[in-house]
Amino acid sequence: MKTNTNPYIPYPATVEETWYETGGDRCIKTFKVVFDDEEVREEWSHLPGQCAMIGVLGVGESMISISCSPTEGKFLRFSVMLMGKVTRALHQLEPGDKMMVRGPYGNSFPVDEWQGKKILTIGGGIGQAPLRPIVEYVKANQDKYDGLTMIYGARTSNDLCFKGEFEEMSKCDDLACHLTIDVEEEDWEHNVGFVPQMLLDLNPSPENTIAITCGPPIMIRFVLENLKKLGFEDDQIYTTLENRMKCGIGKCGRCNAGNMYVCKDGPVFNYAVLKEIPEAFA
Amino acid sequence: MSAMLLNKEKWPEFVKMLAGKKVLAPQADGDAMRFAAVAEGEAPALDYNNTRVPPKGALFPQTETMLKFQSGSEQVEEPQLDQETVVLGLRPCDARAMAIVEKLFKWDIDDPYFVRRRDLTTLVGLACIEPGMNCFCSSVGGGPASTEGLDMLMVDLGENYLLEAFTEKGEALLAETKDLLEEAGDVQLKEKEKVVGDAEQKIKRKVDTEGVPEGLPGLWEDPLWQKVSASCLGCGTCTYLCPTCHCFDIQDETEGFDARRCRMWDSCMFDEYTMHTSGHNPRPTRRERTRNRINHKYSYYVDKFDVIACVGCGRCTNLCPVNIDIIETIRQVKEAL
Repeated sequence: MKTNTNPYIPYPATVEETWYETGGDRCIKTFKVVFDDEEVREEWSHLPGQCAMIGVLGVGESMISISCSPTEGKFLRFSVMLMGKVTRALHQLEPGDKMMVRGPYGNSFPVDEWQGKKILTIGGGIGQAPLRPIVEYVKANQDKYDGLTMIYGARTSNDLCFKGEFEEMSKCDDLACHLTIDVEEEDWEHNVGFVPQMLLDLNPSPENTIAITCGPPIMIRFVLENLKKLGFEDDQIYTTLENRMKCGIGKCGRCNAGNMYVCKDGPVFNYAVLKEIPEAFA
Repeated sequence: MSAMLLNKEKWPEFVKMLAGKKVLAPQADGDAMRFAAVAEGEAPALDYNNTRVPPKGALFPQTETMLKFQSGSEQVEEPQLDQETVVLGLRPCDARAMAIVEKLFKWDIDDPYFVRRRDLTTLVGLACIEPGMNCFCSSVGGGPASTEGLDMLMVDLGENYLLEAFTEKGEALLAETKDLLEEAGDVQLKEKEKVVGDAEQKIKRKVDTEGVPEGLPGLWEDPLWQKVSASCLGCGTCTYLCPTCHCFDIQDETEGFDARRCRMWDSCMFDEYTMHTSGHNPRPTRRERTRNRINHKYSYYVDKFDVIACVGCGRCTNLCPVNIDIIETIRQVKEAL
């Protein structure tokens, strides 16, 4: 951002809307925020896959996926799981409150490179947060892609994020939305079973397709295995990593996986690159 | 490049002429030496081997305010950095370390604090005549009179210091103090060659790094990591005292209404360093943390910045409470390749 050359300066953004995606001890709350400063708002540009440092002054900041696509408007969305000190402070924010935001950070999904291809997203739990921007981006640019298939699962229906958005998706011809939960529930009309199994059952063709997965490490491991079984090549597969971060700009040292800084060289990694990093799935 | 001579008797006057700037020089701190601000009118003698704590804090303080703000406000203020500083008599290894770390702090996005401090700071080195017992600078690209990272180098020639400037800042310092200086001649430059050559001969410890940067990641599951980390206490001394260690934490502190966001040295040898909020830790034991530390210095940094992030100062070996020796570790790595 031109407004100040110090990359560590966060900018105040007003929380416009909040809602809970899930409940429980580790509930996920979504924030829709808009930068207060017009210049900051205009200069901000991000792509699907990027993150931002968000926080509350006096408490700290955390690196969180930007869970909206730039095609949605001049606002940002973050879906934050209640985990520690900073996320607890964030969860207290209500409409009208200020969130401090700096970024965007990291590389992004190569959405331009993917033009003309079929997009397959495979998400689990909060892992859908970095995938949602791709879904929205492809929805907004349907003529540029050869369709979108979304597989998304969670432990229970209450653990699924962005529930309100799926119905509309299934109405579009080029978009297919497949939901699954781990255990049978009353009134659940969708699939029951683990995400990797659902992927196998759906048996998507690897032809002209890009697969992007994000979720718990154990899910990612089996999804990768099953994608290989389905005939996907390494370079057709993408995922995002997360590690503890402080600076977001490759200085503070801690987010490295092997010789890659997740905050700068990632968080998006092609599997052909990722599988050469011994620490990637640690 | 200009070469001048400063008679040692004029050393106190030389230091005095720098008044107006903050002057950091090695001074006794208990049983060790440490870089500290020189009190007005004083001129610490440069008769030391090396400081226990490296002078990296001149550019990257152990704790540093990044932003100031008032509780409840969203207005943040940056600290004013305008103190011109001269670091006097740092060892060439420590200056090289600053140049190495600068690559990272200037990588892609400038770190404004480090870069600003470097701009305001003149680094005046002091060539080594008596290397320490665990010094191995010449094995990792340095030497007793290496000039990398320095604005000026001083060489002890007995009665005189030979002063050589390599940058505008170094030249400016020579200009400022020119009344005390004499032109150096070929005799003194030859003398310097001899002094430095002798010092090089005195470096006893060597490490062979050939093939190490490329080969290290391949030793990921090698039993050597268990072996070298078995006695590690996880105290972090090796990293805090390492002149190339640049990792930091960021914390907010509040006192009444005055609050600040600050950063402080951190260590990859601590378990909290990489621990996720969930409790999951990608580097759960000292084996993984040691492996990362060595890989970072001898392989990852080479991949990213084309230089080994170890300058052979020997501090981690000298001061490890359980005698873990980095030279021995690299020897074992070589053996396992």
